Amino acid sequence: MNSAVEIRGVRKDFGTVEALKGIDADIPAGRLTGLVGPDGAGKTTLMRMMAALMHPSQGELRVAGHDVTREAETIHRLTGYMPQRFGLYEDLSVQENLNLYADLQGLPRGETAQQFQRLLAFTGLAPFTRRLAGQLSGGMKQKLGLACALMAHPRVLLLDEPSVGVDPVSRQELWRMVQELADEGMSVLWATAYLDEAERCDQVLLLDEGEIRYAGAPQALTERIAGRSVLVSNLQVDRREFLADALDQPSVRDGVIQGGAVRLVLAETEVSPELSALVAGAGGQLEPAQGRFEDAFIDLLEGGTLGHSAIADRMEPVAAERDIMVSCHALTKRFGDFTATDQVSFEVRRGEVLGLLGPNGAGKSTTFKMLCGLLKPSAGRAEVVGLDLRHSGSAAKMQLGYMAQKFSLYDLMTVRQNLEFFSGIYGLRGTQRRERIDEMVEIFHLAPYLEAFPDSLPLGFKQRLALACALMHRPRVLFLDEPTSGVDPITRREFWTHITGLVRKGVTVLVTTHFMEEAEYCDRVVLVNRSQVIALDTPDGLKASVAGPDCPDPSMEDAFIRLVLAQQEQAA
Amino acid sequence: MFARLGVAIWKEMVSYLQDPTTRRFLIGAPIVQTVAFAFAATLDVQNLDVAVLDQDNGRWSHELVARVDGAWFTDDIITARDSRELGELITARNAVVALRLAPDFSRRIDAGEPATVQVLVDGRRANSGQIATSYLATVVGEMGVELAARSSTAPVGGQPLLEERHWFNPNLDYQWFMVASLSAVLGMMMCLVVTSLSIAREREMGTFDQLLVSPISATEIIIAKTMPGMMAGYVVSLIITLLAVFAFGAPYTGHLLIFPFALALFVFSVVGVGLLISSLCNTQQQAIMGAFFSSIPFVLTSGFATPVENMPEWLQLVAELNPLKHYLVVVQGSFFKSHSLADVVANIWPLLPLALGSLTIASIEVRSKLG
Repeated sequence: MNSAVEIRGVRKDFGTVEALKGIDADIPAGRLTGLVGPDGAGKTTLMRMMAALMHPSQGELRVAGHDVTREAETIHRLTGYMPQRFGLYEDLSVQENLNLYADLQGLPRGETAQQFQRLLAFTGLAPFTRRLAGQLSGGMKQKLGLACALMAHPRVLLLDEPSVGVDPVSRQELWRMVQELADEGMSVLWATAYLDEAERCDQVLLLDEGEIRYAGAPQALTERIAGRSVLVSNLQVDRREFLADALDQPSVRDGVIQGGAVRLVLAETEVSPELSALVAGAGGQLEPAQGRFEDAFIDLLEGGTLGHSAIADRMEPVAAERDIMVSCHALTKRFGDFTATDQVSFEVRRGEVLGLLGPNGAGKSTTFKMLCGLLKPSAGRAEVVGLDLRHSGSAAKMQLGYMAQKFSLYDLMTVRQNLEFFSGIYGLRGTQRRERIDEMVEIFHLAPYLEAFPDSLPLGFKQRLALACALMHRPRVLFLDEPTSGVDPITRREFWTHITGLVRKGVTVLVTTHFMEEAEYCDRVVLVNRSQVIALDTPDGLKASVAGPDCPDPSMEDAFIRLVLAQQEQAA
Repeated sequence: MFARLGVAIWKEMVSYLQDPTTRRFLIGAPIVQTVAFAFAATLDVQNLDVAVLDQDNGRWSHELVARVDGAWFTDDIITARDSRELGELITARNAVVALRLAPDFSRRIDAGEPATVQVLVDGRRANSGQIATSYLATVVGEMGVELAARSSTAPVGGQPLLEERHWFNPNLDYQWFMVASLSAVLGMMMCLVVTSLSIAREREMGTFDQLLVSPISATEIIIAKTMPGMMAGYVVSLIITLLAVFAFGAPYTGHLLIFPFALALFVFSVVGVGLLISSLCNTQQQAIMGAFFSSIPFVLTSGFATPVENMPEWLQLVAELNPLKHYLVVVQGSFFKSHSLADVVANIWPLLPLALGSLTIASIEVRSKLG
C-alpha cells in the first residue's frame, strides 16, 4: 500500500454550503504532504473527515486502508490528529497531560514510561514536565500537542495549521520534528497558511473553494512561473509608491516589498515596456529572482491585488507638524519577580512602519500594550504624538487606530451596527458619520453583509470590517497586533495594500508579527528577546548583520533565528 | 461626552437585546419560574372538610362552628371527641385543617377577655392548609368585628383570635410572602448574571482592549454597562411583583408611587455589585461563578429564609452591605405592613451609597490596569 489516504469523489455539504465539491486525490504513505489553500477552502473539513470526526456527504475516503465512515474506531486508533487549537488541559502539568492522553488513547501501561521518555526527548520538553500547560509559550504548547497526538504511534499524522502564532525559532523546531517523523516512515499531512513551509513538503495539495487546484511536488508548480519573478532594487523613489504603480500594471501579477527592494511576479517572462519604463523612471535595477511557491500560488489562484488602496487615496495626508509620532524611553514592566519588558527605548517617525518582532513570550506584546496605553509601565515612558496615553485622555486616543489579531468586533451586533458604534465612540456625528460609514461600505464592498453578524463573514471580510472600524476616524498612528495571523496570503496582500497606501499618506504604523514576509514591509524592525531589544535596524540591515560565509544571502527568518540564538548563547 | 455615552449605551442595549436567547431568557425566565410556582401551589381551595373539637360547647363556640359550617368553602364538619381523635383526623388526611375551641371560649368572650381558637394545619399540604387557614381567619375575624360592634363597652380584647399551629412543618411561611420576596431574589440573580458577564465577555472576546484604546473613558464604559443589567433586573422583578398581586392575589398595601423607584434603586445597587465582579474577572466562566457564589450569601443573609435578627451581631453588620436585605424589608413592608413613603425611604437609602461605592470601585478597577 503506498497511499496513506485515498480520496475518491469526496463531497461535504453543510446545509446549502458546499465545503468540498467532489475531490479526488491520494496522499502518499511515509511522506510529508502539505495542505494549502486560502481561508475557507475546506482544509479543516477535509482533515476532520480524515480523522473520522465527520462523515463525507458523498464519496469514499480511506485512511491507512480503512473507510472513515464504517471503520471510525480503527481510524481513531491509527491516526494522530492535532486540531488548530489542540485540547491541552491548561490547568494540568505537561506530565499530567501526557498521562491523560496515554489513557485516552489506550496506550498499554507497560509502554507508557518508555513512550513518555521518547516523546519528551523528541520535543525537548523533558525539563518542563512539571510546568502547567497553560504557562507554556505558544511554541511549547504546540510541541506538547504534537507529543500528545503522537502518543499511540499513529500511522497517519494530521496537523491542522500547527504553526499559527508560533515564532520562527519554535516553528523551525516544530518543522524539524515533523520532518524527522516523515523520514522514519510516518505519513504526515500538514495544513498551513505559510507557503514557505509548503515549499519544503514532499508533496502539496492545493485546495481552493472546495476543489483541488493542484496536487504534486511544490517545485513542479513553482516551475510553471519560472523566469517570471524579478527583484527591483536600488530604487530612488519610495518603494511603496513604486510597488503600487507596478501592481496597477496588467503585466504585473503580484508584488511584495522585500526590505528596501520590491519583488514582482510578471504575467509573462518578458518584461513589458511599461514596466521597464517604470523601473527606469524610478532609477531602479531589475534582476531575475528565484521563483517561490508563494508566487505560483498567487498566480494560480489569480490572487494578486491592485496597488492602490481606495481608502488611502481618499485620505488627507497627515500634517507634518511633528516628526516623532511614537516613542518609548527605558520602558520597563515587571510582573512580580518577572521582568517582561526591560529598558526598551525606540522612536517611530511619521510615515514609518515599525515592526516589533520576537519569539513567543519575549515581551513584545507587553511592550505593545504599554505603547498603546493598555498596560501601565513599571518604569519608563511611552508616548504617542508626544502624549502619555494613560493621562491625556480622549484627545490623544483620537489620534490612534487599533486592530488586534482576533479582529475585535462585536459579534452580537451586525456589520452596520459595528460601523455605527465605532464611528460613534470616536466622536463622529450626523452627516460626517453617515458619509464615513458609506465610504467604508463602498471601499471595502461591505454592502451585501451590512445586516449580517461578523461571525458569519468570510475571514477576508472580517478583516476588512476590522480595518474599516479602525480607520473611520482617520487616525494618524495605527497599532496592529499580529493583524494577519492565520490569514491566507491573498487576504494578507490586500491588507498590506491598504496599510502601505496609508503610510504613503503619512500614517505611522506599529505592527507586531510572526510573519517574516510582513517584517519585510517594515521600514525598521525592533527585535525583542528575553525582555530586551536585541536589534533595531532596517530589514536589509538585519539580514546583512548575520550574513557570513555559511549563509551568504540570509532571509529575514534566518536573521531572526540567528540573532535570537546568538543572544541566548551569550546569556548562557 | 454625552453623545459618546449615548453611543455606548445604545451598543450595550443593542448587543444585549438583539440576541434571541437573551430575549427569551429575559421574558421567559420569570414567567416560567412563577408559573412553576403557581402549579406547585393549589390556589383554589373548595369543599374543605373541617375537623372540630368543641371542648366549650357554649353559645359562642356553637356560633363559630355554625359560621364555619355555613361558609362557602366548607363541605362537612367532622366532630372529634378528644384531642387524640382530632389529631388522627389530620394524620389520616380526613381534614386539612382542624379547629379546637378551649373549654373557656364562651366564658372569656362574655367576660371581654381575649379568646383563642386553635387551628391545626396539615403541613404536608402546606398550600391548601395555608389558604384554608386564611379563609378561617376571615370567618373568625368577621365574628370578632360583629361582637365588637354589638357591645361597644366590651374591651377590644374580647374578640376571638385565631392561633395557628402547624403540624409537620412548624415554620411554614406565607405563600404571598414567598412570591413577593421571590421578585427580589430572582430579579437580583438575573441582574447579577447579566452584569457580571458584560466586561468579562468583552475581555474574552478581545473587544475590551479595542474599547480601552478608544476615546471613551472608564466611567463612561461602566455607566453604559449598567444599562442591560438594570433593565433585566427591573423587568424580571416587575413581572414577578405583578404576578404576585394579580395572579396570586397578594395584597399590596404600601405606598404605590414609591415602589418603582425603590425597585430601580435596588436593581442599581445589584448592578454595582455585578460590575464589580465583572471587572475582577477575565473570563465569562469566572464571572458566572462569581455571580453564583455571591448570590448565595446575599440570599442567606437577607432575611429571606431566616430572620436577620437571629444572626450573630457581626453577621448582621455584614448584612448591612447586602442590597437584598434592605430591599426585602421594603417589599415585605409594602405588601403586608402598609409601609408609608417615610418607611420606604428609611429602609431603602443605604442602597444608594452601596451602588455608588461598588460602581466606583469597578471603574477604578477597570482604569487601574491602564494606569
